[in-house]
Amino acid sequence: MVSETYAHVLTARRRISELFTPVVGLSLVGLVLVWLAVNLVQDPDGFFRVMSIGITNGALYALVALGYTLVYGILELINFAHGDVFMLGGMFAATVILDMFALSEDPSTGSLIAAILVALAVAMLACGLINVTVEAIAYRPLRRAPRLAALITAIGMSFILQDVGLIWKGSETVALPKAFPDGKIFTIGTCPDCVTYTWDRLFVLVITVPVLLALVWLVRYTRQGKAMRATAQDREAAAMMGINVNRTISFTFLIAGGLAGAAGVVFAFYFTTVRFDTGFTLGLIAFTAAVLGGIGNLPGAVLGAVIIGLIQAFNEGLSWMAPGPSWTQSIVFGILILILVFRPQGILGEQTPEGA
Amino acid sequence: MTTHRHGVIWRALEAIGLSGALARWDESPYWFRRAVAPVLIAAIVIGLAWLAGVPPSLALLIMLAITYALYVMPRRWRRVVMPATALALAIAYPLYLDKLFAIPVFKSFPTMDTMVVMAIFTLMAIGLNIVVGYAGLLDLGYVAFYALGAYGAAWFASNHFSQVDIDVASIGRIEGVAGIHISIWAVLLIAAFIAAFAGVLIGLPTLRLRGDYLAIVTLGFGEILPQIARNGDEEGLGFNLTNGPPGINPIDPPGFGSFLGDIGLPANFLLEQGTYVNFPNLIYWGAIGLVLITVFCSLRLRDSRLGRAWIAIREDETAAAAMGVPLMRTKTWAYACGAFFGGAAGAWFATFNQGVFPDNFFFNLSVFILCMVILGGMGNVWGVIVGACFLVYLDKEGLSNIASWFNENVLPCDPVAANPSNAVSAGCVNAPLLAFGIYGTIIVLVMLFRPQGMFPEERRKLEFEHGVRDEPLYDIQHDEHLETEPH
Repeated sequence: MVSETYAHVLTARRRISELFTPVVGLSLVGLVLVWLAVNLVQDPDGFFRVMSIGITNGALYALVALGYTLVYGILELINFAHGDVFMLGGMFAATVILDMFALSEDPSTGSLIAAILVALAVAMLACGLINVTVEAIAYRPLRRAPRLAALITAIGMSFILQDVGLIWKGSETVALPKAFPDGKIFTIGTCPDCVTYTWDRLFVLVITVPVLLALVWLVRYTRQGKAMRATAQDREAAAMMGINVNRTISFTFLIAGGLAGAAGVVFAFYFTTVRFDTGFTLGLIAFTAAVLGGIGNLPGAVLGAVIIGLIQAFNEGLSWMAPGPSWTQSIVFGILILILVFRPQGILGEQTPEGA
Repeated sequence: MTTHRHGVIWRALEAIGLSGALARWDESPYWFRRAVAPVLIAAIVIGLAWLAGVPPSLALLIMLAITYALYVMPRRWRRVVMPATALALAIAYPLYLDKLFAIPVFKSFPTMDTMVVMAIFTLMAIGLNIVVGYAGLLDLGYVAFYALGAYGAAWFASNHFSQVDIDVASIGRIEGVAGIHISIWAVLLIAAFIAAFAGVLIGLPTLRLRGDYLAIVTLGFGEILPQIARNGDEEGLGFNLTNGPPGINPIDPPGFGSFLGDIGLPANFLLEQGTYVNFPNLIYWGAIGLVLITVFCSLRLRDSRLGRAWIAIREDETAAAAMGVPLMRTKTWAYACGAFFGGAAGAWFATFNQGVFPDNFFFNLSVFILCMVILGGMGNVWGVIVGACFLVYLDKEGLSNIASWFNENVLPCDPVAANPSNAVSAGCVNAPLLAFGIYGTIIVLVMLFRPQGMFPEERRKLEFEHGVRDEPLYDIQHDEHLETEPH
């Protein structure tokens, strides 16, 4: 009897939420679009300048967000330590830049490219291995434990990795030389009101896009990728089909760590600073991006990352009614909360083992 | 007499020529026979302590006596006497603190300031235990409630809102300054209710989410609220809500005023007879009182209909719903109750600091409190109290004491050459920098090797051993038809 009334209340509530969700959600999106349109009309040059910054940041976030989404897709675990693996990637890049190549401002093209390639190789490999180790030590024993146990462990791992960075490089910000050339590639309009696109932003895309394409190829067209997708869909069935589930999960962590390492390299070169707690904030932004796009969904992660990058840049750079950098974190988390309330499956739809 | 006495000791005594030792032992009076073992053990312990650097003192003897008394006590008595002793020792702590001895490695016993923080964090840990331990919901933004409680105290017991002049039985306000000044005892309740209300507000839209998403959303709130506190001045918000980065101070001190003050209660905690001498002690006793109330409420809540509903939800949401437990309402109550105590703790902390500063509230603090609950044993109030005391002690004094002992005795440290921003430099270990990594290690180790915590609650232990059905009842898969693309 009691549960019957309760079911009745539930249906009523669901009916309300069915009306409420699209109306409020869409009007929020509409408000944001109006705000963007007004800004575009008022200051078109500034708008496009900010947009190019946003796309660059978004590409960087995409690398990290893909790591969250890959791991969530296969284990349904929010790998809280992922942001800190990214931070360690930045630290590896800093070591390569400062200690191996001793780059200074505006290095020669040859040494710059060599440094980028070496940093990518070192950071991707090292971060991949760190991620695999973390999985083997901390997550694998908890695979049958309550779901929250693994999440709590991941939070603990995040703090441990931060301490690793702290012991390695100290608590001060590691300052790096501006190695990417920051000359203009092209300019639209007459300066100072001009839209410029600079080399350093192009470099970010030049590194990020091939990595993303390689990932898509790996997941879609290789045997290992097929094994990953199968394990994500149904771990037991995959095991019955002869897939080594543990190895596949380790491989996923390797790939995710490699992506985080690449992101760390890009971050170190582009923003020229790394600190032991860099990974926490950026990791949460990237996680928001993954949820926005639909967690477990690879194109979704990239889409969400670009949107979050744009929103962040618009918030910090636009002139009309923009809250400004001191509110960025609140806005990103506000978006996270709003998505989870209004559209928890994200823009492109969630692809978890049950959902796929 | 009986044969079991003919053990190794007696045979050894016979062998070295003391024949008849057993007979003489049996002839000696009963009290003597009972006293030999404890005196010997006490002598050994005192000797070992002396070797380790603790000279015998009255405090050490009393401590040994209490431990021994608790040890020989029948189990049934101990259940009552042990908490009572712990409480009496805690209440009397300020009175005998200066008579205590120094211990090796850990150096001194905690100071009064540490004890106050310990009591306040115990309060919060018990509050979080309601959410995490009883209801099984992971809350990563508990610091938000703490902050709200602290700001509640700052709003209602300071001269911050100088546009108005309200005075309800306030103590120790500065003469001639406007603002809302309400008696701190009422403010405690107001702050707790503000936090509880915020808990409901946060809970209503988000408690539908599955556990890990809920954790992240609470984390988000825990980041947003302190940022609002930092930006909440004229410049950021349009009107001065939180006074931005400098925070709000001074906050009126607690006290009982002149009426109750006449019968011996302290009239004003801050200015007891015109001095600051008793301030931490009085705040400490106040906090102990709050802890007692919280423990009582927490235990009664656990055994109430609501508390049993929390445990049912924690173990199997679907079954609980089928039995007629209203999921949303029960979870929201868990949030509100947890937040209530967090708010009270924040308010008391703000009066202790005599001000509220936005930089006191950050994510790591939420994890710190979570670590107390996990280490102590989720769901077990006593374990959580021990976890909170231990971790606050580590954080405030223990880690730096251990590190300085380490630097003096194990790894020689050169303080001149050491870089204060490095965790380890020139042999010096900078423990406060490493603190959160250490708490992270504690969390990981506990989750891997003893997920039920140091002092497990029986039921929770079984859940970890046998697993629970922690599949969410309402999830996005049930709510919507997903338009996923085929692989």
